[in-house]
Amino acid sequence: MSYLAIKDLTVRLKNGVPLLRKVSLEVEAGEVRALVGESGAGKSMIGKAVLGILPRAARLTGGKILLDGEDLLTLPPKARRERIGAKAALIPQDPLTALNPSRRIGPQIIDRLVDILGWKRPKAEARALELLDEVHIQDPGRVMKSYPHELSGGMRQRILIASAFAAEPKLIIADEPTTALDVTVQKQILKLIREMQERHQTALLFVTHDLGVVSKVSQTLTVLYAGKVIEDTNVRAFFEAPAHAYSQALLAATPKYTDPDGSLMPVPESIITAVEQEVAAFDAQLNG
Amino acid sequence: MPFVRALLTRFATTLVTLLGAAIIVFVVIRIVPGNPIAMMLPPGATEADIDRLKTLYGLDKSIPEQFWIWLVNVLQGDFGTSITSRQPVFDLVTGRLPATLELSLMALVIAIALGGTAALTATLYRGTKVEGGIDVAGGVALSLPDFLWGLALILVLGVVWPIFHISGRVSPSLGFDFQSNFYLLEALVRLRFDVVLDLLGHMLLPAIALAIPLAAIILQLLKQSLKECMHDDYITLARTKGYSETSIITRDALPNAILPTLTLIGVQFTFLIGGTVIIERLFSYEGLGNMAIDAVINRDLPLIQGIVLVFALLFTLVNLLVDMTYAALNPRLRHA
Ligand SMILES: Nc1ncnc2c1ncn2[C@@H]1O[C@H](COP(=O)(O)OP(=O)(O)OP(=O)(O)O)[C@@H](O)[C@H]1O
Ligand SMILES: [Mg+2]
Repeated sequence: MSYLAIKDLTVRLKNGVPLLRKVSLEVEAGEVRALVGESGAGKSMIGKAVLGILPRAARLTGGKILLDGEDLLTLPPKARRERIGAKAALIPQDPLTALNPSRRIGPQIIDRLVDILGWKRPKAEARALELLDEVHIQDPGRVMKSYPHELSGGMRQRILIASAFAAEPKLIIADEPTTALDVTVQKQILKLIREMQERHQTALLFVTHDLGVVSKVSQTLTVLYAGKVIEDTNVRAFFEAPAHAYSQALLAATPKYTDPDGSLMPVPESIITAVEQEVAAFDAQLNG
Repeated sequence: MPFVRALLTRFATTLVTLLGAAIIVFVVIRIVPGNPIAMMLPPGATEADIDRLKTLYGLDKSIPEQFWIWLVNVLQGDFGTSITSRQPVFDLVTGRLPATLELSLMALVIAIALGGTAALTATLYRGTKVEGGIDVAGGVALSLPDFLWGLALILVLGVVWPIFHISGRVSPSLGFDFQSNFYLLEALVRLRFDVVLDLLGHMLLPAIALAIPLAAIILQLLKQSLKECMHDDYITLARTKGYSETSIITRDALPNAILPTLTLIGVQFTFLIGGTVIIERLFSYEGLGNMAIDAVINRDLPLIQGIVLVFALLFTLVNLLVDMTYAALNPRLRHA
C-alpha cells in the first residue's frame, strides 16, 4: 500500500478560488516521486497541505490525505501535528532562512526527538552526531554548537537534510531543495538526498520545476498545471513519450543537459489555451 | 582587546554625559529667578544678612568658580549640604533612591509582563476578535499619560473601591523597624509577608500608572516584530515538526522578535524613571522624585544638583545594561 495517498484534494482561497483541483497522487514506501509544473502550478501547496502548513489565506475544502494508511484530516489537530512530525519531514527550499538564527544547530536537529517523540537528550544528541556524519559534515561536534550564520549555505542544507531524517520518517517532502544553492553545490546536495533516501528507504516527494533533474532522482512523476493533475506516470515512459500535449510541450521547453545553451521552446500558446479549457471544463464539473 | 577598548570608550562617554548633565543643571538652577537665600530668611531681613548667608553657601562667587568648588568636593565624595534640611545631600539622596528604584523596577516588571503577555496572546490569536480587543486596549492605554492613569487609579481603586492605599510608602501603624531603605526587598528577605502586602498595597497603584503606557508600547512593537517573524521559514519548519502554535511563538519567534523591543524598553525605562517625579508626588510616595520637587520649590541648589546627578547616573546605567543584554541575546553580535 502507498505510504502517502492523496485523494481528490481540493484547496481554495478564502474567496473560493481553487488552488488545487481534486489532486490525487500516491507515493509508495521507498519510492521517489517527482512533482513538476510551472511556477504557480501548486506544487508547494500540495506539500504544505500534507504537512499541515497551508497559508492562512488557503483552506482545504475537500479530499483525503492518507499517511501510512491513516486519514490525517480526521485526526484532532494536536494528534495530526504530532503524527506528521513523527512520520514525515520537510527539506525546505532555502537553507539560509530555514534555520532559526538565534538557536544553535544541535537543538534544531534533535528538538523533535526530545519534545515530540520523548527521547532522552543524550540519546538524541548521539543520533544527531550520527546524522551529521551521514550527511558528510566534518567535525559534527563543533557544528552542533554553531549558530546558522557561522555556516555556509551548502552546510546548512546538509544540516536540514540531517534534521529531516532525524526521526526516521518514512516520508520526506523536498520542495525544490537545491534552487537556492550554487550550481556546484546543487549536484552534491541532489546526490546526498538520493543517498539518504536509499539508505533510509523513505518515500520521497520531490518538488521541482526542472525536468532535467527528474530522471536523476525519481521513478515516477506527476505533472501539475493550475492545481490540476495533468499526467501521472513513470519516468521512463514520460521521457520516451509524454501522454498529454502539455507534458510534451513542457518537455520540449526543458534545456537538455547535453545542450544547455540550446534555444528553448516556450510552451506554445495553442497548448496553453487547450489546457486552460480543460481546467475550465473540470472546474465546471467540480462546482456544478 | 576590542572588548576592553569598548569598555573604556563606554566609561569615558558615561563620564562626559554625567559632567554635561551636571554643568547644564548647575548653570540653569542658578540663572532662573528665585534664590534660596530669600526663601530661608524671614521677611524684613537686611541686605547684610543676605550677603552673609550668600558667602556662607558660596553663592557670592561666579558660577564657574562655584562649579569648580562643587566638582572638587564631589570628587572627594562630598556632595554638599542641603540648604533646607542642613543634612548631607549624599545621605538624603541615598536614603530616597531605594524607594524610587523599587517603584520603577516594579513598574518595569509590570509593563513587561502586561505588554509581553498581550503581544504573545495577540500573536496567538492573530486575525481574530481577541487581537482586535488587545489592539483597542493598547490604543486606550496610550491615549493617557501616566499621571492621568494615576489619577484614574486613585479614583477607582483608592476611593470608589478602596482596595489600595493611595498615599505614602508604608503604613506607620505597622511599626516595622526597617534596617535598610529597600523596604520591599527587606520585607521579602525577612519573610514578613504582612509587611510585603502593605508595601505592595502602597506601591502597586503608582507602579501600574507608570507601567500602563510602557506596556502598550511594548505590546505594539513586540506584536509587530512577532508577526513578521511568524512568516519566516524556520517557523514553518518548526510547524512540520509537530510543535504547537504556542511553543512556536514563545520558543522560535520570541527570541528573534525581542531585540528591537529590548532596545525600546531601555529608552522608555529612562522616561519611566523621569515619570516617577510626578507620580511620586501624586501618591505622596517618599522617593527621590518627590524630594526633587520639594528641592526645586525651596531652591535647594545642592540637593537639586545631587538628585540630578543620581538620575543621570541611573539613565546611563540603564543604557549600559540594555547594550549588554542586547549583546548577550544576539548571537550574531556575540561572535562578530
Ligand atoms: N499565501 C498565499 N496566499 C494566497 N495565494 C497563495 C499563497 N501562496 C501561494 N498562493 C497561490 O497558490 C498557487 C500555487 O502556489 P505554489 O506556491 O504551490 O506554486 P508552486 O507550484 O510551488 O510554484 P513555484 O515553482 O513558484 O514554487 C499560486 O497561484 C500562488 O499564487
Ligand atoms: Mg513552490
